[in-house]
Amino acid sequence: MKPAPFAYARARTVDEAVALLGEKDAKLLAGGQSLIASLNMRLSAPALLIDINGLGGLDGIAKKGDMIEIGALTRHASAERSDMLAQHAPLIARAMPHIGHVAIRNRGTLGGSIALADPAAELPACLLTLGGEIEVSGPKGRRSVKADDFFKGLFETALGPQDMVTAIRVPAADKDTRTGFAELARRHGDYAIVGLAASAKADGKNLKDVRLAFFGVGATPVRTKKSEAALAGGDVEAAVTALDLDPPDDVQATGAAKRHLAGVLLRRVAKQLMEAR
Amino acid sequence: MSERVLDIALTVNGEPIAERVEARKTLVDFLREDLGLTGSHVGCEHGVCGACTVRVNGTIVRACLMLAVQCDGGRVETIEGLSDSGELADLQAAFEQRNALQCGYCTPGMLTAAQDLLKRAGVPSREDIRAHMSGNYCRCTGYHAIVDAIESVAQARSSSSFRGASTASEPGIQKRALDSGSGASRRPGMTGESR
Repeated sequence: MKPAPFAYARARTVDEAVALLGEKDAKLLAGGQSLIASLNMRLSAPALLIDINGLGGLDGIAKKGDMIEIGALTRHASAERSDMLAQHAPLIARAMPHIGHVAIRNRGTLGGSIALADPAAELPACLLTLGGEIEVSGPKGRRSVKADDFFKGLFETALGPQDMVTAIRVPAADKDTRTGFAELARRHGDYAIVGLAASAKADGKNLKDVRLAFFGVGATPVRTKKSEAALAGGDVEAAVTALDLDPPDDVQATGAAKRHLAGVLLRRVAKQLMEAR
Repeated sequence: MSERVLDIALTVNGEPIAERVEARKTLVDFLREDLGLTGSHVGCEHGVCGACTVRVNGTIVRACLMLAVQCDGGRVETIEGLSDSGELADLQAAFEQRNALQCGYCTPGMLTAAQDLLKRAGVPSREDIRAHMSGNYCRCTGYHAIVDAIESVAQARSSSSFRGASTASEPGIQKRALDSGSGASRRPGMTGESR
C-alpha cells in the first residue's frame, strides 16, 4: 500500500520541531524505519510529518562525567562502529548487531527506537537494564526521565504530545561492569521472539547489582527481580525457576514457548555475565 | 513551512534530477514511476524483503522506507547505475555462473547489498555474508548459491592473480553481465529484468 497524503516540513532546530508538534496530528520523522512502514500500511496517517534529520548536533556520542551521552539522531550503524560505546557502554554495543538489518541500521536512530518503544525492541530493554535516562525536550525546555519511569505501556511512553527525545544517557562501564545480551529471532535482524539484556557488577567471584530486562514478553521491557536476586546468589537454575514472566501469545510464539525460551536465554546470558571482561 | 508537494533536486546515478513530488511518495516509487528506473523492485513495502535496496549518499538503504523528498540534495545510486559503471560486473557474472538467481526479482537488491559488504577490506566468512545479507529475501534459490557467489567474488577480489585468471577464462559471462545494463539512466527496463 501507499501512505495517505500528508504535509511535510523540515525542522532546523529542536525548538522549531517542538513548535510544529503543536499542529494537529503531527509526527516526527527520524530514521523512519518503523514510521514509514506503518505509513505504507496505513496503520498511521498523520496530517504532518516533521523531518528532524537535518537537525544539527543531535548525532554525537560523548563521555560526560560518569555518563555516556548518545544524541537522539545517532544512527544504529554509527553506534555499531563506535569505539566509545564498545569501551564505555558494552551492553549497547552488544545489542547493536541484533537491531534490524544493515540497510535498516544505516537509517534507524537510537532516539527513534526509544521514543517508539516497540515491545520487541532491543534498546528500551538495554536502557532499563543500565538504569539509563532519556533527555526529553518539550515546550517547557529540557528534562531527564529515568528509563524506569519512561516505558509506560504498549508503544506508550512518558513523552507528551509536544515532546521529543533529544538524547539518551547511560552510566559509563567500569572495570567491574559485566554485561550480557541474547535474543532469539526467526531470522537474524528480525524482531525478537524473546530477548534479554543484562548487566551486573563483579564482586570477587560473585555478581552484585544484577539487572535483567526481557523484551518481546509483554507491553514493555520487563525486569525479573526474583531472578536477579537468585543470579546474584550464584544459582543460575534457581534464577531460571524464579522467572516471573507471563508473556502473552503473539504471532511468533505461544506464551508458554516464550516463557521456556526466556529460561534458555537466561542460562546463556548468565554465562556471559560470569566472563571476565 | 509545510507542503504536500515539494520540488527536489538530487543526483541519480550521477545525473542531476529536478522533479516535483508528493511528500508521501517513497523513494522506490519515485525511482520507478517518475524516473522509469524499474530495476529497484517493490516487494513488501515495509522494510522486510530488501528488494528495493539502493544506495543513498554512499550507504545502502531500503528505498521503501525513505521518502523521495528526504533525498533532496542527495546522491542516489540504483542497480542501473551500479551496473552501467561496471562496479558489479564480476558479482553479476558470479551470480549467473553459480545460479544465484532464478526469477531475478530479488537480484538487484541482492547485488547492491552484497557489493556493500564486498567494498570492505578482507574476505568475509560465510557467516558474515549470511549476517550481512539477512535483510534480503530470496524465495527461489535457498541462499546457498548466493553465498557461494558472494564468497567467490570476495576471494577473487582479494587476490589479483585469481581475478585476472577468472576474467580471462570467462570473457563471455563478464561481457554479458556488462551488456545487460547499458543505456541512458532514465530509460525503463534497462536492466533487462522481467517487470
